[in-house]
Amino acid sequence: MAAFWRDYRENWVATLALVVVVLIVVAALAAPLITPQDPYDLANLNLRDARRPPGFVGSGGYVHWLGTDAQGRDLFSAILYGLRISLQMGIAAGAVAFGIGTALGIMAANIGGAIEQGIMRLVDLQLSFPAILLALVLVAMLGQGRVPLIIALVTAQYAYFARTAYGAATAERQKDYIEAARATPLPGRSIVLRHLLPNCLPPLIVVGTVQIANAISLEATLSFLGLGLPPTEPSLGMLIANGFQYMMSGRTWISVYPGIALIVLIVAINVVGDQLRDQFNPRLRR
Amino acid sequence: MNDILTAENVSRRFSPHVTLGDRIAGLFGAKLDRRPVMAVTDVTLSVQRGATLGLVGESGCGKSTLGRMLAGILEPSEGMTRLNGAAPMQAGRKTTTRIQTVFQDPFASLNPRRRVGDTITEGPITHGLITRSAADSFAAVWLTKVGLDPAYVSRFPHQFSGGQRQRIAIARALAMQPEVLICDEPVASLDVSIQAQILNLFLDLRREFGLTTIFISHDLSVVRHVSDRVAVMYLGRIVEIADANSLYSMPQHPYTQALLDSIPKLSIDGNIGVTFQPIRGELPSPLSPPSGCAFHPRCARATELCRGERPRLKANGMNGLVACHFG
Amino acid sequence: MKPALLQVRDLCTHFETRTGTIKAVDGVSFTLERGEILGLVGESGSGKSVTGFSLIGLLDPPGRISGGSITFQGQELVGLPQADMRKLRGKRIAMIFQDPAATLNPVLTIGQQMMMAVQAHGGMGQGAALALAERSLTRVGIPDAATRLKAYPHEFSGGMRQRVAIAIALLHGPELIIADEPTTALDVSIQAQILAEMKTLSQESGTALIWISHDLAIVSSLADRVIVLYLGRVMEFGLVADVLRAPLHPYTRGLLDSLPAMADPGQKLRQIPGSTPSPLHVPPGCPFAPRCGHADDRCRSDPPPVGDHLHGAFCHYPLAGST
Repeated sequence: MAAFWRDYRENWVATLALVVVVLIVVAALAAPLITPQDPYDLANLNLRDARRPPGFVGSGGYVHWLGTDAQGRDLFSAILYGLRISLQMGIAAGAVAFGIGTALGIMAANIGGAIEQGIMRLVDLQLSFPAILLALVLVAMLGQGRVPLIIALVTAQYAYFARTAYGAATAERQKDYIEAARATPLPGRSIVLRHLLPNCLPPLIVVGTVQIANAISLEATLSFLGLGLPPTEPSLGMLIANGFQYMMSGRTWISVYPGIALIVLIVAINVVGDQLRDQFNPRLRR
Repeated sequence: MNDILTAENVSRRFSPHVTLGDRIAGLFGAKLDRRPVMAVTDVTLSVQRGATLGLVGESGCGKSTLGRMLAGILEPSEGMTRLNGAAPMQAGRKTTTRIQTVFQDPFASLNPRRRVGDTITEGPITHGLITRSAADSFAAVWLTKVGLDPAYVSRFPHQFSGGQRQRIAIARALAMQPEVLICDEPVASLDVSIQAQILNLFLDLRREFGLTTIFISHDLSVVRHVSDRVAVMYLGRIVEIADANSLYSMPQHPYTQALLDSIPKLSIDGNIGVTFQPIRGELPSPLSPPSGCAFHPRCARATELCRGERPRLKANGMNGLVACHFG
Repeated sequence: MKPALLQVRDLCTHFETRTGTIKAVDGVSFTLERGEILGLVGESGSGKSVTGFSLIGLLDPPGRISGGSITFQGQELVGLPQADMRKLRGKRIAMIFQDPAATLNPVLTIGQQMMMAVQAHGGMGQGAALALAERSLTRVGIPDAATRLKAYPHEFSGGMRQRVAIAIALLHGPELIIADEPTTALDVSIQAQILAEMKTLSQESGTALIWISHDLAIVSSLADRVIVLYLGRVMEFGLVADVLRAPLHPYTRGLLDSLPAMADPGQKLRQIPGSTPSPLHVPPGCPFAPRCGHADDRCRSDPPPVGDHLHGAFCHYPLAGST
């Protein structure tokens, strides 16, 4: 483990990205404590404070560091709360997709036969659909809200985990230590959970990291299109969408700041994911 | 009944795995090779209690497949294997714990993400041989028995060398207190000096536990060193079985003779030079074995009879069996 | 007296890694005459393969030759620019590797690969190159060479593929062939064929051969002289007959004792205790001292001198006499 982090630290860009991600997560968790305003409480909002530039001192008596949006929300607060939603959705969807996808992939590799063919063809089919199209259709069918959103995200993403888990499990199953476990004999469940799964984890962790970023991006897209959470709980996508109409009139901050926050989060997670992938790989190349 | 492990007319067929994609490609004219491979054909043998049977042959001879069937890991396509004369063993749920295996590649046969102590005690705990609380001391005892520092129980496989890993693999197999130990090329990937250590360890433990062993190897000198009886395999069949001494001093089957002749021998008496006689021809592919006696294309004594009719194993009068028309 | 074909003096090849310097080859010296067969014997970590790669200039970074000299027909190879080394490689010094499947490109036919090898060194017309390739294949015992040239590597067996690799090595009639464990991955019976053919080919064409192996038996039946390596240093060298009949170095003795063929069946083998240490931590003094039954404090601190010219050992207390 120590060697792992030592190698990781050698890449300063990845280290920086990791620090950024951690900071964002901490800030998002602490949002109720550090923001001057709860942007979801409509009682806090004052339309007289709407569309004010950064640095404006509002009716609440505090400085709006990043300005306000069209409803009078303090943008700094809204962004932090929005990041909360992004992270919640991204991690929840990622975790559930990880669980379902990994289970399916390993099951396919282990059981074989018709079940293997069936699952993997379904996965192939799924992967050939653009994720956004799938998510749009599901949200249209299931309605808006947190749970439908997560269902849509999971459905769009489990296939990546399934395919990776299937590939890893197929390769590991051929190895002698699995055959030795079967020869002892150890019960099948024990073999899968204690021998197969832990050795399939490295590529799955890499996929997981990147998929969290993808889930965040997908959620933002859906919110941008108005299909995410209700307008009273704006996530980053909705904030960007709300501020769009003001871009031409010079009130760019309403869209730009949420946009920057989103980009920074996604890029940072991707950089961490890249570094993990590189590190897990050349265990063979020294 | 002194025969502890027997195989009766055991065969194993491998059919190629045809996927949906292959079938579709076939519709478009791609040629599918659906020929099954007979990895092992009609093998009958037995091992006596406390004895070591060596299984020798080159690649494609089926010795590893036979070993796995004897271990109960792989189910025979035909025939059956028995332990202690009892009901046949089958792969899957009935795989017996009384037969354990040591595999060839010490780098792949240990779970890289498990501590070696856990790897050793996993089987015994699952099968009730020891309690969970006794696990640590049990693992430490076994590490000492195979010549490793007992403090290493909490280490991972990658922290050990190849020879040390093979010791751990032996500990894992013997911790299950088996009656029969099957060693599938256990020293093939080890350096000569480490190989000697592992062979010595094997000899010690075999004596201490009174093990019945099946020792599979392509290295004739290693097999001779540890075996009481030796079976020679060629293209899935046994061509000769005999006591180790007889086999090496008076081989009866032309393949055995040729194989022994083709190995470079270490000459320490000063007469150096080519000490071997190569066998002519190539090893046939198991997909298309020659007709009659499988060895006839490469045999100096082959006749029409050999090409037409496959010889059966018959007693050779020296407590052995040979499958040759001129044996 | 004609100068030796190859003279290696104090060759040092080091790998600089983050965890330290790996001295894979640390002061290896030997000579090779025209047409001679030299066996390079050692276990893993001995530096035998790295020595071979150093000779032909195929070291991958972070490996580099950090000292010593390699003189080939009077020309110094250490420090030679890559462009000049490429003119030698394949033409006057050739190499055969362990895994025949990895040596041949699976998407090109044998003929195409051999043509590329021929035309890499000087413009020979297509027709002449093809004829040369065909002759080379026939020479290594591949029947029906003209048709086989159109085949792909996967259509050959392991032994055949290694023969093709040998044929490619022989194309330009090199003076030296370095063979890195070429028969280790092959079946016993095929191995015997290749060994016999290599010996004949070497004698017929007067090509010198460096045969790298861990197998003393192979070396004893093939080579004229042998060098035993351990942790990057020469432990013993001499004529094969002398080294095997009366080994001077305890390590050589230990290797011979470890072979089952040299002991009575069922008897415990006289093993060498311990295992080869990592090349990152080469013991001071004699590298074999920690595992040697005869070692004393002097062995552990002073590197031993090298023995006399014909048959010598890197040892303070060489064994005397025969087995």
